[in-house]
Amino acid sequence: MSTEILQQLVNGLIIGATYGLMAVGLTMIFGMMDVINFAHGELYMLGGVFAYFLVSYLGLNYYLGLVLAVALVMVVGFIFDQLVLRQLRGEPVLITILVTIGLSIFLQSVVILFWGPSPQSIASPFASTPIKLGPVILTQTKLFMAAVAGAVIWGLHLVIQRTKLGRMMRATFQDKDAATIVGIDINRVYAINFALGSGLAALAGTLLGTLFIVYPNMGLIAVVKAFLIVIMGGMGNFLGAIFGGLLLGVVESMAAGFISSGYKDLFGLLIVMALLVVRPYGLFGKKS
Amino acid sequence: MAGGRLKVPVLLALAGLALAAPLFIRDDYFLHLLIHAGFFYMLVAGLNLLVGYLGLLSLGHTAFLGVGAYTSALVSLKLGASYWLSLAAALGLSLVLSFLFGLIVLRLRGPYFVIVSLCFAEMLAIVATNWVSLTNGPMGLPGIDAPSLFGYEFETKTDFYYLMLFFVGLMTYIIHRLVNSVIGRACVSLRENEELAESIGVSAFKFGMITFIAASLFAAAAGSFYAHYVSYLNPEIFGFVYMITMLVMLVTGGRGSIAGPLLGCLIFTVVPELLRGTEQYREPVFGLVLIVVAIFMPQGLKGLLDRLLQRAAREEG
Repeated sequence: MSTEILQQLVNGLIIGATYGLMAVGLTMIFGMMDVINFAHGELYMLGGVFAYFLVSYLGLNYYLGLVLAVALVMVVGFIFDQLVLRQLRGEPVLITILVTIGLSIFLQSVVILFWGPSPQSIASPFASTPIKLGPVILTQTKLFMAAVAGAVIWGLHLVIQRTKLGRMMRATFQDKDAATIVGIDINRVYAINFALGSGLAALAGTLLGTLFIVYPNMGLIAVVKAFLIVIMGGMGNFLGAIFGGLLLGVVESMAAGFISSGYKDLFGLLIVMALLVVRPYGLFGKKS
Repeated sequence: MAGGRLKVPVLLALAGLALAAPLFIRDDYFLHLLIHAGFFYMLVAGLNLLVGYLGLLSLGHTAFLGVGAYTSALVSLKLGASYWLSLAAALGLSLVLSFLFGLIVLRLRGPYFVIVSLCFAEMLAIVATNWVSLTNGPMGLPGIDAPSLFGYEFETKTDFYYLMLFFVGLMTYIIHRLVNSVIGRACVSLRENEELAESIGVSAFKFGMITFIAASLFAAAAGSFYAHYVSYLNPEIFGFVYMITMLVMLVTGGRGSIAGPLLGCLIFTVVPELLRGTEQYREPVFGLVLIVVAIFMPQGLKGLLDRLLQRAAREEG
């Protein structure tokens, strides 16, 4: 029984790490730009779709395909920001939500148009033989996911804390007017921020798409989960998004293992509801 | 105001046209489209109270559509109750649920409200899919009875058209009274500046709750109507597709007005049918329309129409 719990805990942490990636992307976009990006789930889906296309269809090297897929989605995010969101800086949240819902419908239906509704899997070079780590059984795919998620979060932390771009981002995050005064090109920072957030969603899509499957409608439940995590962690809170992701992953995994896999998605939702009754501004959030 | 002077005759003409429509529309399929438009109007008109008047974007309107549809269908199927009793049960359960859910969600603002409302609908969808012994899961519930009134069975499209018209008329009247009352003015003041409105004693929670419950009851009535009209129901009723369609209709038609939802529902039911053979492009176009309208035409077609009428009136003298 206790090994079973340990096994589910590890599974949950690995899935949760990819949720964390997605949620960090979402919270970056909200925290800096006040945009609730409803298309985040579709950017996540697009990551998986591009990776499938490059790796399984064009036969590209798996790792190269992953990097290219993420880069392509970052370009999509960059273009959307410059073409659409740039016109709406400072507009009420309602307008930007509608616009990102529009993008989400557009991306999803265009993918269905070209791809059809059936699910596909990304061909990965990983063997399916189990790896035993003490009492816990893992696969190469899961180890790869954990390593990539950890490395990317650590890399992002370094970029934000140590580089000039990171300083500009933090300055804009804190006070955009003051940042403008000291000569930061806010529009560029916003565009880069949106592209980075999109890239994180896409990366999560490629990783989960390798472990499970890729299909055009995968974005909705993903975006709902990412929002739940962001709410748990407090909107705009990076650390909260990572911990929230891990927590949701573990809760789902335990619920699927010990209660019912059909209801596993319900528990995350119930926890957030309960949390909001007690703490309307999230686990780590402060009243604004 | 040209609009004000014209209002009563225009309204009477519209009502007459709507009542007489089945006399000259002999095509059942076209009647079906109008019934469909009316069904969406019941949803969008309620959503408009929240989004247009109160300024809260709810993405969980499908929750009450689904609750209404399932309650009505189950009460009718399992207890053999009449349509009207099933409708009453649907309204009753939605009243209780919307009050309880309102207690949680109305304390939240902005992004939190949007997301938690969506989560609520998703939760109910999961329950409807997995509680197979009650809802028959994804297989759905077939054979839901058609309504009857004093022994008269609703069978033809014309029957359902008039039932739809009854609901649409009743709801429009209620909404008209609501938005022109203290409640409507309180909502608009909260939308424009919540802090200011609260400071002069307008309770955001109280008026939020009234509006939220009203919108939910409309959605439940729409759900009940849908279940007994189509006579089959599955968990897709909670689907985000319905939410998207409602939003596109509301935003394009014009939120915060009575005519806006009517315009939106008619246009987005009838126009896609005129462009038959292009179904696969419908959703991409919906997405683009939403983006373009939100940026360039935030008041929707109703706003555009108002501006045209004003210009005409000014030129007249």
